[in-house]
Amino acid sequence: MAASTLFDKVWKAHEVVPETAATPAVLYIDLHLVHEVTSPQAFSVLRSSKLPVRRTDRTLATMDHSTPTTTDQVFGNVPIRVDAAARQVRQLEQNAAEFGVELFGMRDARRGIVHVISPELGASRPGMTIVCGDSHTSTHGAFGALAFGIGSTEVGHVLATQCLLQRKPKSFAINVEGRLPPGVTAKDLILAIIGKVGVSGGTGHVFEYRGSTIRGLSMDERMTICNMSIEAGARAGMVAPDEVTFAYLSGKPRAPQGARWDESLARWKTLVSDPEAAFDLSIDIDAAALEPMITYGTNPGMVVPIGGAIPKSGDAIHDKALGYMGFSGGDAMLGKPVNTVFIGSCTNGRLEDLEAAASVLKGRKVASGVHLLIVPGSQKIKRDAEAAGLADVFRAAGADWRESGCSMCLGMNGDTVGAGQYSLSTSNRNFEGRQGVGARTLLASPLTAAASAVRGRITDPREFL
Amino acid sequence: MEPLKVVSSRTVVVPLANVDTDQIIPARFLTTTTKEGLGKQLFADWRYLPDGSPNPAFILNQPAAQGCQVLVAGRNFGCGSSREHAPWALVDYGIRAVISTEIADIFRSNALKNGLLPVIVDEATAAWLIGHPGAQVTIDLASATLALPTGTSVVFPIEAFARHCLLNGVDELGYLQSHLADIERYEAAH
Repeated sequence: MAASTLFDKVWKAHEVVPETAATPAVLYIDLHLVHEVTSPQAFSVLRSSKLPVRRTDRTLATMDHSTPTTTDQVFGNVPIRVDAAARQVRQLEQNAAEFGVELFGMRDARRGIVHVISPELGASRPGMTIVCGDSHTSTHGAFGALAFGIGSTEVGHVLATQCLLQRKPKSFAINVEGRLPPGVTAKDLILAIIGKVGVSGGTGHVFEYRGSTIRGLSMDERMTICNMSIEAGARAGMVAPDEVTFAYLSGKPRAPQGARWDESLARWKTLVSDPEAAFDLSIDIDAAALEPMITYGTNPGMVVPIGGAIPKSGDAIHDKALGYMGFSGGDAMLGKPVNTVFIGSCTNGRLEDLEAAASVLKGRKVASGVHLLIVPGSQKIKRDAEAAGLADVFRAAGADWRESGCSMCLGMNGDTVGAGQYSLSTSNRNFEGRQGVGARTLLASPLTAAASAVRGRITDPREFL
Repeated sequence: MEPLKVVSSRTVVVPLANVDTDQIIPARFLTTTTKEGLGKQLFADWRYLPDGSPNPAFILNQPAAQGCQVLVAGRNFGCGSSREHAPWALVDYGIRAVISTEIADIFRSNALKNGLLPVIVDEATAAWLIGHPGAQVTIDLASATLALPTGTSVVFPIEAFARHCLLNGVDELGYLQSHLADIERYEAAH
């Protein structure tokens, strides 16, 4: 048998019908994650076609995108302030009840961002196919799963048949060797990768992140990396499962137990790319040479080391982006003022991200005039952060500590950045208006975000180590 | 779905690269629970001034753009979020085809499911189209060709099954359901 990549193996194991020149593969989906924004139209199709959800046991719904994050709206008697968001929440409750889909609703202790809760439950596991009507589904690739975002029509396909029609993408090896220097995080690594590959360099490909650096990362860090694969155009990014993966999954509520764990483990250990396997594309990254990274423009590929300057050379795209951001070519990034700092999202809203932020904020205060918003990725992470004393650190520093959700990553739940304001954000997209009409977003790591919140300007987190 | 065979129209040109789905339709409009009526929010933050009035500088508000069914865009159109609201908004507005040198994966997949043709062309063809806004073009899906008013005709790549479905008005969900026996066999074996 020809040598196979990890991606080849997972793809092959899920072919219900292989692809031909005339027809795409019918690909089986092991886990379908559903949220309130991209599912209503899909449930409507099922209702009008009188179709049930084929496998409710492989479907898990929650609400995260349009949900508010203030405690009074989530747990108090204050209604959701955004009317349309309230309707969307009610619609998902109704759809889940009607079709028998498990829902972690508004006040459920297991609720959170869809890409945070599935891993923490142990529902995202090696070798699975996982889809969701959300492009950051690539996050679950950190477990050696093939996980990718789909549109609402395809959400309907999976609800009705548990399958998708797919052409097999090509493979792309991202080889990362060496030790990340102090103060340089997984977020900086993936921003550097996107800067090198470009925002469309991964189109049509599935990334596999490989090498000693990746092997040395925790699951939280691997999820940060895989999460942003889509920002380089790749629908999916994968990391081969290893002892770090198995240790993370062991004992999780939905991970297999006992004899089933042993059987699963034996299978998971085969999920590596064969040594002779060929990739369609590859790049090499030297982790030891990296620095904290920050974006300066309006897509995640417009990124520089934090001590660097904005490139001068201007084409129309570059000039338009700098005009929107209010920056000039040649400007240093360090020292630029920030108005809002957001720590959270499916990219950087996990416990290790909050620990990193707390390591900088402990005993310090947020600079006068800066709003620091810290939003845990899930209610479980909120409880864990409170138990570990992190929330006390945040509150003492003057930060705004909230209930879980997508929050300020995208301006559709009431958490927005004002027009013209600078937001240093640990989220994944710095597109025009992403965080609010006219908002200017700078993407960076939780360490850089916390350091910059303390100083009120863009700050190298290594000053606080 | 209605069969789609030919799109013949003048072009409207948005020459920017990396037009992401947050620009095509901003997230604050995603609180809808239907697909209808999103055309008025297409390119909202470029198309309207802060007071809600049309921005006269934006191409879609100019007389020449009215009635155009073909959008020509810079490379990597439709990157970012998986929101199908992006093709819904384009189709509701009246766009039937998007031409670029590169179109993001999820957007392309979503477009094909909504009768919006993603037409990928070479750099020279794209440069000509960007340099000639309002050009009358004809896209023939059966032959997968784009005909320019110069008499030049270029072939564009399109996935065979998606083309079959568009040409014949075939519903992909119906096709998937026709594989029910295969799906049951797979489930029994796994």
